[in-house]
Amino acid sequence: MLLAVLAAGFSGCKPSAEETAADAQIIKVGEFASLTGSEASFGQSSHDGTLLAVEDINNAGGVLGKKLQLITEDDQSKDGESATAVKKLISRDKVVAILGEVASIRSIEAAQICQQYKVPQISPSSTNPKVTQTGDYIFRVCFIDPFQGTVMAQFAAKTLKAKKVALLTDVGSTYSVGLADFFKAGFIAGGGEIVAEQKFTKDDKDFKAQLTAVKTANPDAIFIPAYYGQVTLIALQARELGITVPLFGGDGWEAPELTEGPGAAEALEGCYFSTHFSPEQDSPKIKQFVAAYQKRFGSVPDAMGALGYDSVLALVDAIKRAGSSDSDKIRDALATVKNLEGVTGITTLDTNRDAQKPAVILEIKGGKFVYKETVNP
Amino acid sequence: MTEFLQQLINGVSVGSMYALIALGYTLVYGVLRFINFAHSDVFMVGAFAGMYLGRNLGQASVGGGLLVMLGAMAICAVLGMLIERFAYRPLRDRSKLSVLITAIGMSLFLENAGQLVFGPNPQPFPTTFPSRNFELGLVVVSSKDLVVFGVAVVLLAALQLLVLKTRIGTAMRATAFNPQAAALMGININHVISFTFGLGSALAAAGGILWAYKFPKIDPLMGIAPGLTAFVAAVLGGIGNIPGAALGGLLIGIIETFVKGSRWSTWSEAIAFILLIIILMFRPAGLLGETQPEKV
Repeated sequence: MLLAVLAAGFSGCKPSAEETAADAQIIKVGEFASLTGSEASFGQSSHDGTLLAVEDINNAGGVLGKKLQLITEDDQSKDGESATAVKKLISRDKVVAILGEVASIRSIEAAQICQQYKVPQISPSSTNPKVTQTGDYIFRVCFIDPFQGTVMAQFAAKTLKAKKVALLTDVGSTYSVGLADFFKAGFIAGGGEIVAEQKFTKDDKDFKAQLTAVKTANPDAIFIPAYYGQVTLIALQARELGITVPLFGGDGWEAPELTEGPGAAEALEGCYFSTHFSPEQDSPKIKQFVAAYQKRFGSVPDAMGALGYDSVLALVDAIKRAGSSDSDKIRDALATVKNLEGVTGITTLDTNRDAQKPAVILEIKGGKFVYKETVNP
Repeated sequence: MTEFLQQLINGVSVGSMYALIALGYTLVYGVLRFINFAHSDVFMVGAFAGMYLGRNLGQASVGGGLLVMLGAMAICAVLGMLIERFAYRPLRDRSKLSVLITAIGMSLFLENAGQLVFGPNPQPFPTTFPSRNFELGLVVVSSKDLVVFGVAVVLLAALQLLVLKTRIGTAMRATAFNPQAAALMGININHVISFTFGLGSALAAAGGILWAYKFPKIDPLMGIAPGLTAFVAAVLGGIGNIPGAALGGLLIGIIETFVKGSRWSTWSEAIAFILLIIILMFRPAGLLGETQPEKV
């Protein structure tokens, strides 16, 4: 009996012939996302887009004759968890590449691990420049905040006709601080004036103190580069204080939860934000993607979903051109991704491993996000 | 001047919620001499109970809002009594440290159970009380601020009356003073302690509902930050002292608001804690607390 158990134990250690054969037929791709927690909407959308792309690729026969296997870890929107998730994916699951995240602070955290283990990471939608500056194994398929900040600065001056703008920044978020700085530089360069700069932290729920100070400065508009959960509360409290000027922000606003709850849609009526994609854009590629996404998940994709999809396209393109699923070879091929057509536009990775893509500005009307304009780099 | 007045209103509004939560800490400490760290999570359960009750309410109205609040208070009172019965009572004769650790364990249990039962993602809180803005000159007072302040004052007064004028209040004070002697006088200590937990938890639920009404996004970890601040408020005012908790809550709320509205906004919590340290250096028992000589 004991012998039998021991024998079984030993044979279990060695991969059987079928297992090795199956392993040879798949390419393991790791993904970490904020599937739960304060930025759950980002993680869910991004994951859905990624999953759809993997399924599409596999249904079309896979890559290099192998199927992609997506292994997903949830980082619960917590700082610190993404490093653990990525370490697990690399050392236990032996993935060849990592996809993720949306929030810049968590992408940077994971990037340090990926760079150390020399596993290429593609962030679908982290826009802070520091993400890809971590090292030469880190890529992204979206635009970066210097561009987004400039776009919103021009938008404030031209479309909102704002001369005085107040800033409200989440000091605990790399994304928020970076975007605020780039916006400020762009807006001042365009002749505008920043009349108030107020700060808050991630756990804050009460913004009335900061908003009262903003109100006293009497701005024409308020720029809030923050994530959707906080923006809803800020908008509600701003309206309670009798602040009627438009609020505007970046891609961190884009989540259906933004206008959920009592009074949220009214508080945000006529506000604007910049993002990467609109399902209303007139292009056959986008229409096809929106239809497929709706069929699979029953909802309209947002920018995080679209970028999740494009991150897989970039990875597959690199694997194909590398002709191998070796991490180092994938990295080299990723560095030369050029004119790759995706749902968020054409991806060409520059020497900083960033993409240059058009930004889309959406307006909030009746709780829905309505396409306003596209700004090209 | 306008800004000053507006910030004062903002501060009083947050401060009265801190005061409500601080009362729960103080009440339990007064009777049992231990800090119930699970209190801030009962506050969270109160908000979620309010969310489920409020969803069935339909139209927002003052009566409906009060109904939701009373319902949530009843649910949390039962929860508080159950926590005391099954987590704290078996350890009552052990060292204070064991109970304290159990309280921390209970807090973590409620937070994680909350993530499992309610889901970990923030959810919108339905409107229970109707809300509108009143403009007094340049200052804007939201009906939310008025409701929060009004409910806090009423509950505070009711609590003070209950503790000082009723039989059960007398029994609570007797138990706080000397549990053994109180038991010998025929007071059922278990009932009194159970009642105290029920009362404190009901106040936490009221605080949770008001918090959710003012900041309508709730999640299972929502209690941690206000719970910590309210605990500081209770210590600042003199833990075990009811008017002290109210004073501490208001004070912290107002200071926090003024700091947040200034250039040093990210220092708001640090300044509250520095203030706590300074006050405790000069008045170790808190602002309204009385130093009692240690019994030998």
